[in-house]
Amino acid sequence: MGGVFLSLQGFWFVVIGVLWAGYLVLEGFDFGVGMLMRFVGRDDAERKAVIGTIEPVWDGNEVWLIVAGGATFAAFPDWYATLFSGYYIVFFLILIALIFRGVAIEYRAKRSEQRWRSAWELAIVLGSAVPAFLWGLTFANIIHGVPIDSHGEFSGGLLDLFGGYAILGGLASLALFAFHGAVFLALRTTGEVRRRAKAFAIRLVVPAAALVLAIFVWSAADSGHTDGKWIAAAGLATVAAVLLTLSLGLIVRDRDGAAFAATALAICSSVAAFFVGLYPNVLVSSSKAGSSLTVFSTSSSHHTLALMAIVALIFTPIVLVYQTWTYWVFRARLRGDSLPGEKLLGGSGSRPTS
Amino acid sequence: MSALAVTTAELSRWQFAITIIYHFLFVPVTIGMGLFVAGLQTAWYRTKQERYQRLTVFFGKILLINIALGVVTGIVQEFQFGMNWATYSRYVGDVFGAPLAIEGLVAFFLESVFIGVWIFGAGRLSPRVHLATIWAVAIGSIMSAYVILAANSWMQHPVGYRKVNGRAEMTSLWAIMTQGNLLEAFAHVMSAAVVTAAALVLAVSAYHLLKKNEVELFAHAAQISLVVLLIGGISVATWGHFQGQLVSREQPMKMAAAEALFKTEKPASLSLFALTPFEKYPSKTSFNITVPHVLSFLTDWHWNSKVEGIDYWQSQYQKEYGAGNYKPIVAVNYWSFRLMIAIGTLFVGWASLGLWLVRRRKLEQSRRFLRLSIPLLALPFLANTFGWLLREMGRQPWVVQGLLKTSDAFSHAVSVQAVAFTLAGFILVYTLLAAIEAWLVVYVVKGGPAPPAREGEQPKKIELGY
Repeated sequence: MGGVFLSLQGFWFVVIGVLWAGYLVLEGFDFGVGMLMRFVGRDDAERKAVIGTIEPVWDGNEVWLIVAGGATFAAFPDWYATLFSGYYIVFFLILIALIFRGVAIEYRAKRSEQRWRSAWELAIVLGSAVPAFLWGLTFANIIHGVPIDSHGEFSGGLLDLFGGYAILGGLASLALFAFHGAVFLALRTTGEVRRRAKAFAIRLVVPAAALVLAIFVWSAADSGHTDGKWIAAAGLATVAAVLLTLSLGLIVRDRDGAAFAATALAICSSVAAFFVGLYPNVLVSSSKAGSSLTVFSTSSSHHTLALMAIVALIFTPIVLVYQTWTYWVFRARLRGDSLPGEKLLGGSGSRPTS
Repeated sequence: MSALAVTTAELSRWQFAITIIYHFLFVPVTIGMGLFVAGLQTAWYRTKQERYQRLTVFFGKILLINIALGVVTGIVQEFQFGMNWATYSRYVGDVFGAPLAIEGLVAFFLESVFIGVWIFGAGRLSPRVHLATIWAVAIGSIMSAYVILAANSWMQHPVGYRKVNGRAEMTSLWAIMTQGNLLEAFAHVMSAAVVTAAALVLAVSAYHLLKKNEVELFAHAAQISLVVLLIGGISVATWGHFQGQLVSREQPMKMAAAEALFKTEKPASLSLFALTPFEKYPSKTSFNITVPHVLSFLTDWHWNSKVEGIDYWQSQYQKEYGAGNYKPIVAVNYWSFRLMIAIGTLFVGWASLGLWLVRRRKLEQSRRFLRLSIPLLALPFLANTFGWLLREMGRQPWVVQGLLKTSDAFSHAVSVQAVAFTLAGFILVYTLLAAIEAWLVVYVVKGGPAPPAREGEQPKKIELGY
């Protein structure tokens, strides 16, 4: 474990883990809100409120993905190349889903005809559910292993990416993001919409926690490792499960902010468990041992890693400051039964607690 | 191999070309209109004149419809390097990955986070902070263009690297971020973005002037757009010229092909209209109208200098890199180059004509000028595309000039069938979205700006929303 912090490769591995955690926490609730929008919002005004919770922020949230991809390209070109070319069709489907979801959020509001709105709402639901599932599938495949040949190239077919473990991973992330989104909606809305979001959260917590636990149990049974790394990963996975349970208690007690913090931290713990369990590999090979890609076999030169580390250390805090500020600007809760276009401002500048 | 066989590399090229040309329809509008709207909002902030508030909101809506597609098609480009060009990514990642990562972290975050605040934040922020958010968006998009062009310029003219273990490794980020190829391309592309946005504003204003709708407001917008169009057009041409001179030193084969100059000439004549035998890699022109001395002069300001032709560089490159074809497709280079220049020149003339009409106070009545200004909007988009065709196809067969060939750069793990599937998928989805986007823009343009505040009513804010 100590080696992680002694090498630049280890540093960049951590940076990429942080970027993915940021992406999955932020776009995770965008996905959840998108998946649930037709169910939590029953009429047009309510759906407007539901979408309104992510409208100002979804675009900035998605940049975490762009930066995670760019950072992988810069720091670990061979990881980037093998992953993106090997998971070709999966990534294509993610791209198409993100394209439709992105334009749908904006275009839905442009016309008021029922058919127009329903069509774009369907695009939002599918455009959120498909990547929510496929990201889990992708991460499951990375750690569980897919066929990689002696040149470090993916050598399997499309079906190799849809094994039982990978599908379980996809279902786990789907349920987790749906739950995370429901908790976010409860935090950001009021009235009937909030009541329904909470009901969804309560219903979703059991499948989310069960699936997350199942994927970690399978991983543990699968690996047969008992070294410190796996104990740490198992510990982080347990923390994630505990946080999910905790968030249920908090949402029942109307502590929406704390409940959201708990689900966000549960996602961070899950990502941390994944990256700790993966290290020093970056892509596990399911073919004969020895051809897994590692941080050392795929990295850029010392010069590039060091230079980019300085860039990352300067600019990441700046981004965090202004992105956090935007969440403060849009902290007021929304409700579905106010006049069209009218949004409630929080009382005396602070967030109402119920 | 049958005549119909296609390779992963060929289909991947088609896919990259189609998706990047499509993406670049939106990029110049985002950059140019971003600046234009930020300028309008600044004018409103300074003067508090209601016309600037109305123009900001109206053109802001058009900007937003455009940004939606620009953003989502941009992600595709970053993913495609790894998806379709894995060998390229392995070879260049150490150098090329850095600007991509910097683009996301430094520029795209700025643009994407603040666009949300600008759209929805007017009611929650002071006018001053709200104004700052649109400038953050505009500056973010400009920085984004700079860094992406840095990556592209490195493919045209690799600097700041060394070859180690069969790949390129970075030795100087500074050299990559400040080379002449980049600076001149950036100036050229920025000017082209401004021209594209100005042509859009002119076309929209012309539509409403023809309908006699909000004449005062749109006459004002048209005047601004004409001034910007003239200055931007002259800037595009100036930087285009210097870029041409630089490229004739850094990538002489590209410029020789762009001029259809097969044999070395001293002094060299400029070709005005040339035809070649109908084949992919012809070896001579079959018809050519030329002006003596002019190509020499344009290349290095000397009337009698020597300009080496395609044949010379072909044999040079064979000596340097081994047997093979080093010629790009001459017809594509030659006509892209000429059509781009023709469109640029036309717009300088068009803007001058428009400003002359403004001076004679006849713009609003000049129906023919206004009517023609609407279809002319297609031309800057074509010129932008021609410029990129010249820059990218003129570099062939290289993907990184002198280092890596395009035919070696593809993904070995991706089958032809897979690329055929995704190519069909992108064409289908992109065509559908282009139709919807165009229809929405027309809908917003025809709707016109919101009515002015009535007597005694509070002047409105810059409220946008989706």
